[in-house]
Amino acid sequence: MTTITGRSGMDAEPSGDLAASASTRAGDRTFLGLSFGSGIVVVGLIAAIAVFLIAQAIPALRANSANFLTDRVWNVDASPIQFGIPDLLWVTVASSVVAMVLSVPVALGVALFITQYAPRSLARPFASIVDLLAAVPSIVYGLWGAYIVLQYLSSIQNGISKVLGWIPIFSTKNIIPASIFAGSVVLSIMILPIVAAISREVFEQTPTAHKEAALALGATKWEMIRTAVLPFGRPGVISATMLGLGRALGETIAVLLIINEVRGEWSWSIFTGGNTIAARIARDAGEFNSPQKTGAYIAAGLVLFILTFAVNAAARVVIERRKAFTE
Amino acid sequence: MSTIASTDSSSRPLSRGGGPQGLATRRVLTNQIVTVLVWLAFLIAVIPLAWILWTVLSKGLHLLLSVDWWTKSQAGITPRKEGGGAYHAIVGTLLMSFVTLIISTPLAVFTAIYLVEYGRGRFARLVSFMVDILTGVPSIVAALFLYAVWITTLGQEREGFSVSLALVLLMLPVVVRSTEEMLKLVPNELREASYALGVPKWKTIARIVLPTAASGIITGILLGLARVMGETAPLIILAPYTTFINFNLFSGPMAALPTMIYTNFGNDVEPAIERMWASALTLILIVLLLNLAGRFVARFSAVSR
Repeated sequence: MTTITGRSGMDAEPSGDLAASASTRAGDRTFLGLSFGSGIVVVGLIAAIAVFLIAQAIPALRANSANFLTDRVWNVDASPIQFGIPDLLWVTVASSVVAMVLSVPVALGVALFITQYAPRSLARPFASIVDLLAAVPSIVYGLWGAYIVLQYLSSIQNGISKVLGWIPIFSTKNIIPASIFAGSVVLSIMILPIVAAISREVFEQTPTAHKEAALALGATKWEMIRTAVLPFGRPGVISATMLGLGRALGETIAVLLIINEVRGEWSWSIFTGGNTIAARIARDAGEFNSPQKTGAYIAAGLVLFILTFAVNAAARVVIERRKAFTE
Repeated sequence: MSTIASTDSSSRPLSRGGGPQGLATRRVLTNQIVTVLVWLAFLIAVIPLAWILWTVLSKGLHLLLSVDWWTKSQAGITPRKEGGGAYHAIVGTLLMSFVTLIISTPLAVFTAIYLVEYGRGRFARLVSFMVDILTGVPSIVAALFLYAVWITTLGQEREGFSVSLALVLLMLPVVVRSTEEMLKLVPNELREASYALGVPKWKTIARIVLPTAASGIITGILLGLARVMGETAPLIILAPYTTFINFNLFSGPMAALPTMIYTNFGNDVEPAIERMWASALTLILIVLLLNLAGRFVARFSAVSR
């Protein structure tokens, strides 16, 4: 601006200003470019994952002599290659859902304990202890499950299937100790800190006015929680559950170490063995020696990606709605 | 002790209210049952942690006490033979994690800067959504993706660097989210004061915002690193185990602690099983150390909730 007016005495300063603003513009442009570029990389990564997985799954799917979506076979060594997803998908979904059923009530209890019941001064240390569960690597959970937990579970399994064996998912058919159920038990512990941490955060945000209003009306502590804390936290709890589910669906190594493959007749029982999608891929990682075979595993991975994408996107939508509601 | 006190205090209005006695008793009883259940839930959550730590410590500690464990590899040692160490795997784990750290930190921090300082409108929301989706990408899918890019498409070998790239995918969203949280905590007055002095935006971010949030960002990075260090799936797919020491991320197989555990898992002989637990303990120690370091750094935070 000052250069346009061209006032003589001030020449030195405007030129200094100009130099500064040029470097300012350059600096701002670089910074904006770098951060915008990073954003593009993140979006590009997700797109690239989808594109690469689809591109490499298609040739194998074309060559597949079985129906990928409906046939229960996995024989990538057959000369017309044969592979189908239903078996893997069933074990993946069953193990994760059972894990959620076991985990969510306990996780909610933990979240309520830390936010409502624990003595104020101990709430933080207690919360960090639960968070430590999330720090344990999943392979260590796998070892602990395979070597320690399994031996205690087989009698529980036998007991349940003896009483409730008439329900297909609890049937005694093809029952083994290293079962889907055993995997679910360990998965439930791995998910617990995730669900507990998010639920804790939303429970903490319950307006004090709501809680005090409930108490002032003569509610017991539990009635206060049921009428004020839980309704307020519900969307958060739902999305926490979904995020936990997403984690359980994709867990690889713990499930691989705990659940054994099983030969013989198909059974709906959760007390039989099997492979999740992730475990199947990892178990056979040594067999990625032809594009077609690899493509079969990539097709399975694609299904897992779509599944977790859907679950996480749903969780995100629930949370977004709540944000819109509270703001 | 305190639960009893709290149940008492919350049930007192009931008895004073003078409703039908049966109803009041039932309500008080429900309240007490829930209190017990909630305490139980916490115990159920803590028992596995103590149990896991105890199992790994009791089975793995004695090997860690020897100097060999920290200085020797497993070269020339069969599963049935005792001896050797985990030096090769520790080196591998640290090297791969270090490269992951170098690549993902700037990318994550700049993405967070974009989301907090620059991003408005549709694209920013898209980036934020994609970060959430990336958080949910299973490690095995990240590994398959890298396999599809690095090995099938680019024709490279299975090597340490490809694992680092897969780990970047897993670490990135964790660090973006934590950095974003920290940047949001920096008071707007600081930015405005800086603008008022004529400091350009980029310099405000680099000199004012980032230093203020630094310790929180570092905590996020350390916790993110701790998380990806224990990942096993990318290693199984992308880096075959070896018993030899390899310092080169760009050639040949490279050992890491998770694959050392996984390889020994299959061998049902005593020395291999012992090595398995000992490497699990080593991994836990490294991860816990990073976690503690992260929490320690967080103490020096200039901003907090």
